[in-house]
Amino acid sequence: MPPAASGARPAGPDAPRPAGAPGLPAAVPDVPAAVPDVSVVDAAADLAAAVREDAGRWDERGALPDEAVRAVAAAGLLAPDLPARHGGAGATPVQLGEAVAHLGGVCGALRALLTVQGMTAAALLRWGSAAQRERWLPALASGERLAGFAATEREAGSALAEVGTRIEDDGEQLVVTGAKRWVTFGQSADLLLVLGRTAAGPTAVLVEGDRAGIGREPVAGQLGLRAARIAHLTFDRVRVPRENLVAPAGAGLTHTAAVALDHGRFTVAWGCVGMAEACLADAVEHAVRRVQGGVPLAEHQLVRSLLARSAVDAAAARALAERAAQARAGSPLGAVTETVAAKYAAAGAAKAVADRAVQVLGSAGCEPGGRPGRFYRDAKVMEIIEGSPQLAELHLADRLLRRAVRR
Amino acid sequence: MTDTAIEIREFLTVALRRPVEPDEDYFALGLADSLFALELVVFVEERFGIRIEVEDLELDNFRTAERIAALVAGKHGGPAAGDETGAGRAARG
Repeated sequence: MPPAASGARPAGPDAPRPAGAPGLPAAVPDVPAAVPDVSVVDAAADLAAAVREDAGRWDERGALPDEAVRAVAAAGLLAPDLPARHGGAGATPVQLGEAVAHLGGVCGALRALLTVQGMTAAALLRWGSAAQRERWLPALASGERLAGFAATEREAGSALAEVGTRIEDDGEQLVVTGAKRWVTFGQSADLLLVLGRTAAGPTAVLVEGDRAGIGREPVAGQLGLRAARIAHLTFDRVRVPRENLVAPAGAGLTHTAAVALDHGRFTVAWGCVGMAEACLADAVEHAVRRVQGGVPLAEHQLVRSLLARSAVDAAAARALAERAAQARAGSPLGAVTETVAAKYAAAGAAKAVADRAVQVLGSAGCEPGGRPGRFYRDAKVMEIIEGSPQLAELHLADRLLRRAVRR
Repeated sequence: MTDTAIEIREFLTVALRRPVEPDEDYFALGLADSLFALELVVFVEERFGIRIEVEDLELDNFRTAERIAALVAGKHGGPAAGDETGAGRAARG
């Protein structure tokens, strides 16, 4: 892989570059209040361009290489929305979103790295103690520590409050015992945010990756996000200091998980925007280039229909992701519903646009290592993680009904 | 009932789509999910200009409209709120 670009791009009044697709013709003018910082967004664009040809191989090999992780860290992209005093770049939600769209448009595992780091950082920023923030946030921003969000269990998926992992106090330390599944970057994460329950109720605890008693079982060959170093983890009486408890038992789990998942939905949404725009670009390029029976595919009206529908899906996803970003700029945690809607729409768009791109590409879309085929698999996973479409629909409908009552 | 408790009760009644009494434990009724819990924190912070600290997350502080109002009253006697975490900002619009 080429080294990460320095980000030393000539400064200029350029508008932010969209994440790479033709999309719809200049539909939305840039909103003055939301012009992304060139440095964070361009650093992501440069990194995405540098690794674009490598991502398919990473997926086939089933692991993002260490140098790619280091390149993300060196580009300052691990938790760029953290305030500067905690080691971040103070990126706005729009900047964060645009940056994630660039990376999401080339590699789902790179996007997943930003997602899990951002989720953990957001949870600690909001509900960590002052000491936890001082200690861990700069480490997460710099990449000195890579985060894992250990939430899902066999019997606790969407219903996270039912986690069975135990956090017991042995009189001196906390003792963590349980089994977690599908931990993104769980193969290598060295700061795990673990949801569990104490005698007083459910909460969250930080477990450093080098604590004794952690077992890591790599997951391979899953449907998508194959390079995201996913692992099932076991905690066999893992001892951590009491100060690693993140929030009081009872409300600790719901509030910590809610902040983490809200942030995760936001970056997943923008990653899906990048995926949809990338798949649309691949489909357009193929339709123009590929000649069958003497005419380019693009001359067939049915192919044009596929492209048009994909362009609208991708643009709609972007518009809702931008709406969520602007709402978060006004109230960082007060845009839960806008973020749910963005994730719901963008994951659906990524899935539909990837599906049509594979259709347009035909056999070329089925080749190993190809982007549309890889995103076709990844998009289904994106639809499930951080809240399924069914849960999103329940949430969105509930808010509609509230509004009806209010009138 | 204080004005604060009345406003909180109004928020809970709309959010949970059912009348909530000032001293009613709506968590125990199983009416609240995790996104609602976060929404409630954001509402209280933005509406009353306070910051909910991690120490305040004890369930007992949030169990009823009156308990939340008491938490707000305690905060208003305390130090000023708001920092870079985005908590305690004035409501939009």
